[in-house]
Parts: sequence; C-alpha cells; structure tokens
Amino acid sequence: MVTDAPYDVARPAVGRDPTYWSTFLLGAAVMAALDEIVFHQMLGWHHFYDAASLRIGLLSDGLLHAAELVALVAGGFLLADARRRGLAVRAVAAAGFVTGLGAFQLWDGVVDHKVLRLHQVRYGVDLLPYDAAWIGAGLLALAVGLVLTVRVARRRRSEA
Amino acid sequence: MVDHGGHGGHGDGGAGDLLGPLLAGTGLVLLLAAGAAYVGAACVVRRRGGRGWPAYRVGLAALGLGCVAAALVGPLAAWSHAGFTGHMAAHLLVGMVAPLLLVAAAPVTLALRVLPVGAARRLTRVLGGRVVRGLGHPVAAAVLNVGSLWVLYATPLAGVMLHDPVVHHLLLAHFLVAGYLLTAALVGVDPAPHRPGTGVRLVVLVLAAAGHAVLAKHLWAHPPAGVEVAEARSGALLMYYGGDVVELALAALLLAQWYAAAPARRASAGRAVATRGLSGRRA
Repeated sequence: MVTDAPYDVARPAVGRDPTYWSTFLLGAAVMAALDEIVFHQMLGWHHFYDAASLRIGLLSDGLLHAAELVALVAGGFLLADARRRGLAVRAVAAAGFVTGLGAFQLWDGVVDHKVLRLHQVRYGVDLLPYDAAWIGAGLLALAVGLVLTVRVARRRRSEA
Repeated sequence: MVDHGGHGGHGDGGAGDLLGPLLAGTGLVLLLAAGAAYVGAACVVRRRGGRGWPAYRVGLAALGLGCVAAALVGPLAAWSHAGFTGHMAAHLLVGMVAPLLLVAAAPVTLALRVLPVGAARRLTRVLGGRVVRGLGHPVAAAVLNVGSLWVLYATPLAGVMLHDPVVHHLLLAHFLVAGYLLTAALVGVDPAPHRPGTGVRLVVLVLAAAGHAVLAKHLWAHPPAGVEVAEARSGALLMYYGGDVVELALAALLLAQWYAAAPARRASAGRAVATRGLSGRRA
C-alpha cells in the first residue's frame, strides 16, 4: 500500500522523488511485459525477428529488453524503499506509473516499429490503423501521465 | 539436428569415441570431490557449534554441482550431444544456473571458516591478488562471458565446438568458471572488499544480458555452420528466454542486497553529513 507521507518527512521535488522514478520504471517495464506476453506470445502478432530490422535496431532492442527486466525489479525495490522511508505518496506514484506506460508505448510504436523496423504490430494486414492505435495509445497515456505529473509537481511546490 | 557421428563426430570411431565419456567421467569425479569437500567442511563447522553452517547453503551447493553433473552424464548430456537446442540447454545450465546456485552456497566463506589460520590467510591473499581481483571485476567478467559467447557462436568455431568432445568439455569448464566469476561479481555473498557499487553492477548486468539477447537473435537469423534453421531457431529462443529468467533472478538478488543494506548506508551517510555540518558551523 502506498500511503501519504507523515508530515515530518521532507518531501523532495517530484523530479527527484524516488517514488516517481520507481513507478516510472514500473510503468515502462509493465508496458514492455504486456507487449511481450500479449502481442509476442499470446496473439503471435509481433515477430521475434524481422529481416527488415536495422542492425543498430537489434542492438537497441537487446539493450532495451535487458533494461526492461532490470527496471521491473528495480522499480519494485525502489518503491518498497520509498514506502519504508514514508516517502511514497499515491498521487506521485500514479503520475510516474502512467507516464512510464505512455513513454514506453510511444517509443515502441515510433522508434522500435517505424524507425528501427524491429517488427510490425501485425503482419499481413493494412498497418495504418494498427500503427495509429499503437502510437495513439502511447500518446494518450503519456499526455495523461504528464498532466498528473505537472499537477503533483505544482502541489508539492506550493507545500514547500 | 547437428550432423553428428557418435560422440566424436569425426566418424572415425576408436579413440575419439572413448574420449568424450572419459572427460565426462573426470568431470564427474571432480564434482564429487568438490561436493564431498563442501559437505565435510560444513560438518566440521557444525560440530564446532557457534553459528554453524546453514543447511540451505549445503542444498544450494548440491543443486549447483548437480546441474553441472546433469550436463556431463544422463539424458540431458545425451540431448546436448544430439542437437543445438540441447547444447544450448547445457550451456544455460552450466554457464548461468549452476554458477548462481554455487555462488549462493558461499564456498569461500565456508573455506575461510574451516581452514587453519595460515591456510585461510593464503587463500585470502590469492583471492585478493591482482589476477582474481581483475577477472572478478564485473566489467572484466562480463566481457569474458559475453565475448567468449560471441567468439564461439558467431564464428566457424561453433562447428568445432559442436563436434569435438575435447573442445565441448573444455568449453563447459570455461562457461562454469566464467559464469561463476560474473555471478560472484554481481551478487556474490562471499567477502569481496573491492566489489563496486550497486549502480555499476546493475549497468553491467543490463549490458551483459543485452549482449546475450542480441546474440540469441543473431543465431536465430544466422544459424551456425552445420545447424539446421529450425534447430538453430529453437536453440536461439531457449537462449533468449532462458537468459531472461537468469537476468531476472540476478536483478532480484542484486536489488534485495541493496534493499537490505540501504538503511545502514543512509544512516552512515546521514552521520557524515551531520559531522560535516557541525564542523562547518564551527569554522
């Protein structure tokens, strides 16, 4: 459970708040895990390897994939540590999580699929609506996350 | 399937066919000796009383040695000679799973407890020496692991390794040692005064796991010489997702250690700041 911090704990600015960055990592990693589980494994839409991939894309894909797994674990431990210190505030946690979800989805839709051509959303179909939905979902989540972030940052500044 | 003619793969029978079992047998004897030494040492420590030696560490050591043994004899070993997927399963087991279990068994701590003072001091000197410290640095250990994987699988050496029993067993030993060095550098519980901080170790973990994952995809698209496409792909998938599982386990151990140590570290950092602040006010 993430709870409101006791009043005697100094609250850092949102940009330096471990709660925010821990849930940001969790959001990005959860989105990556959903992508892997739902679209690679369950639906089989994404392909493991696409011959159209750029070489640098394979490298970036490997790095991002390895980082996602560490982010999932690190995000969990960082959040537990922030909670133990009484720093975890629910609104900050939510803002970080949704921003992380959106940031990963947007990166995946634009950079991974379109720029580096690692794989497409689905094969043998007209891609435009799929890409639009993929990137649109990323933009929407990122926008919601940023609005939440600005709101908690303002509130924190007014408290200080 | 890898194009094999018996164990030797040379198709000439005779000495080549005996060499494989001989090497596997030697490996098995070494594993049994290591296991007996570990159990003996644990019994000595237990008999002395005091803090004793936890039974779960004995279990971890047994499991770790058992993983290596499974790659030498029995059905898994047979599978590892029969094709690329089995070969990859043995690689994962010996190079990644067994080291994780053996590192968690804390053999150095046990040795230091049981050895006489003089011998313990000599062991500490060897482990603190330049060679072990250099190879045991996370960056060096990661380069050794991922570098040798790339050299082996992405070059014609792969063909030799898959067919020659001597090279096969030497490489199993190499993967065990290199994997142990990297695992100890990342999540070791044995004393290591020069171990770098959590941040460095996390970055090394990500880079090493990335090198492993990129190689797996490379093998999916470019099968090693003599390996059929379907076989290479199933081996590459096993390498990719098996690597993920081990990476997750390493990350969880590394961060659990960080989480356990964080309050004490903050307290000492807080004391340092308080002292500096005090002397600052005095100045």
